[in-house]
Amino acid sequence: MNGEGRADRAYRLATAGVACALILFPLLILVILYEFSRPSIVFSGFSFLSGGKWAFGDLYSTTRVIRNGVAAPPSSSYGALVFIVGTVASSALALLIAVPISIGIALFLAEEAPPFISGPLSSLTELLAGVPSVVFGLWGVFFLIPLMKTTIEPGISGFAGGIPFIGQPFGQGYGLLTSGIILALMIIPIISSTIRDSFARTPIELKEGAMALGSTKWEMIGTVVIPSSRASILGASILGLGRALGETMAILMVSGGAINFFPHTIYSPINSMAAVIVAELDSAFTDPTGMAIYSLAEIALVLFLITLAANMLARVFVVGGMVRAWMSQGISRLT
Amino acid sequence: MRATSQRHALVRRIKDRSFRFLGLFATVLVLLPLFHIILLVAYNGASAFSLEVFVRTTAGLSEGLSNAIVGTLFLVGLSLLFAIPLGVLTGVYLGEFGTGQFASLVRVSTDVLTGIPSIVLGYFGYITMVLYLGWGFSALAGGLTLAILMLPYIVRTTELAIRKVPDEIREASLALGVTKTTTINRVVIVTALPGILTGILIAMSIGLGETAPLIYTANWSDYLPTGALTKSPVGYLTYVVWTYINEPFASAHALAFAAALILMMLVLATNVVARMIIQLRWGRMR
Repeated sequence: MNGEGRADRAYRLATAGVACALILFPLLILVILYEFSRPSIVFSGFSFLSGGKWAFGDLYSTTRVIRNGVAAPPSSSYGALVFIVGTVASSALALLIAVPISIGIALFLAEEAPPFISGPLSSLTELLAGVPSVVFGLWGVFFLIPLMKTTIEPGISGFAGGIPFIGQPFGQGYGLLTSGIILALMIIPIISSTIRDSFARTPIELKEGAMALGSTKWEMIGTVVIPSSRASILGASILGLGRALGETMAILMVSGGAINFFPHTIYSPINSMAAVIVAELDSAFTDPTGMAIYSLAEIALVLFLITLAANMLARVFVVGGMVRAWMSQGISRLT
Repeated sequence: MRATSQRHALVRRIKDRSFRFLGLFATVLVLLPLFHIILLVAYNGASAFSLEVFVRTTAGLSEGLSNAIVGTLFLVGLSLLFAIPLGVLTGVYLGEFGTGQFASLVRVSTDVLTGIPSIVLGYFGYITMVLYLGWGFSALAGGLTLAILMLPYIVRTTELAIRKVPDEIREASLALGVTKTTTINRVVIVTALPGILTGILIAMSIGLGETAPLIYTANWSDYLPTGALTKSPVGYLTYVVWTYINEPFASAHALAFAAALILMMLVLATNVVARMIIQLRWGRMR
């Protein structure tokens, strides 16, 4: 049989045609979000990203503010910086908590635990990754926020007395730190399982070599296992960052929903881009100029672009890291 | 001299032990809250369970969850209707023919789709389907938005499952004079079916737990779904968990936990079935 028959060719083209949908969806989402945010981009310009005041204005007024040919309700202001800061700060805090813990878990699962423990434990952590984010939020509202308020925040604040951001008067239990902790719990499974896989790929010769030179197991981990997985650790962290940046429900429930308020300690209430889109739902419906809907579309667009950048970066590190690991794993380190 | 080297060895050993202990500590540190979440939801949810929860609708923060349970299943079922054919066919394409540049473009955009925050998908569904197409808050808008969210998971697992099918099986079929199309449909897909099914179940469990893509598309309804695809909002379990816990009434809190428990059981059941399929498959291959 030479080449493919007509029916086979039709089959291949048909499946390829369906596959086009997968290319189409992200493009469509990008283009439509851009189209819908255009009035907002024209109206607010760069102040959308640099302004800290967010107000839909007087939605019942019949007068309009016209700027650059676009109408919006009077005394409206669309500055999303509070939400951008909240998103970035809570995700960064989550990474700060999640990455060291994930490395610890990965080391435990890959190097320490006997197979009869590490096997079930690995599938358990993966199962736990399937806990819906509203359930994390529920736990946050019902258990973590009260605990933060009565015990954890006073404890940290008292212990770190006077240090900027940390040793400050604590708050009501919700806010930046609580959001960071919940986000960390949510992204630890994905980060730790990615790092564990990378640790497990460390060539046994290198590990044996380090042990044969008289290292303790910890020294072997520090000189061989962790360095040869550096790119994967970075990639996994950025992957987790991508998740944290886009997380909506849990943050919505524990962040405190700050508007027009920048966090000045780790106990401050915050808001995130994803959460504010949900929180502003009802107001958005009632804006007769539609600008509320356009401005939320612009937040969605910015969020999309930020997570896209994070995911592309993670791809470069994880894929590139694997290639580099193959080519020069640890050798430069030993010589 | 000897004393210092002995002390040095002791320091190294202590360091070794204590750092290795940190790994165990980190694992416990994460497992404890995760277990606590499950136990808390199981305890509070189970104590809120009654026949009423399953047969009555959410009339103003109390009574039952039947509208949300039926709504969740309706939305997820509807989304699978779109996501399965699209996802499986794309996966088959990538697995069987996916060597060229077009295929790698499909793979990259599948990854991009996985990374899009679910609220962004929800807002996209809102401006396209609810507003532009005029469907209003509806099952179709919610189901299609969920379908876009589930698609990449089905594509990825289908591709992997197809690629795992040994070439000998394909060659045996081709050697019998069977066309490639029939080989794929009758031999490759059938062999890869457990893997494909696993991907569908994983996508389903993700869809069951989602909230953000539905708020702007299916919105919420206190009534059972009418079966209408457009212009009729639909209730779902995650909405109850999110909104009812912030109400100041004990009955609302009880319903929030009951909804969370039903949700976790649905997600867990789909996950466990998916895992069982994987185990059975591997067991047989060995």
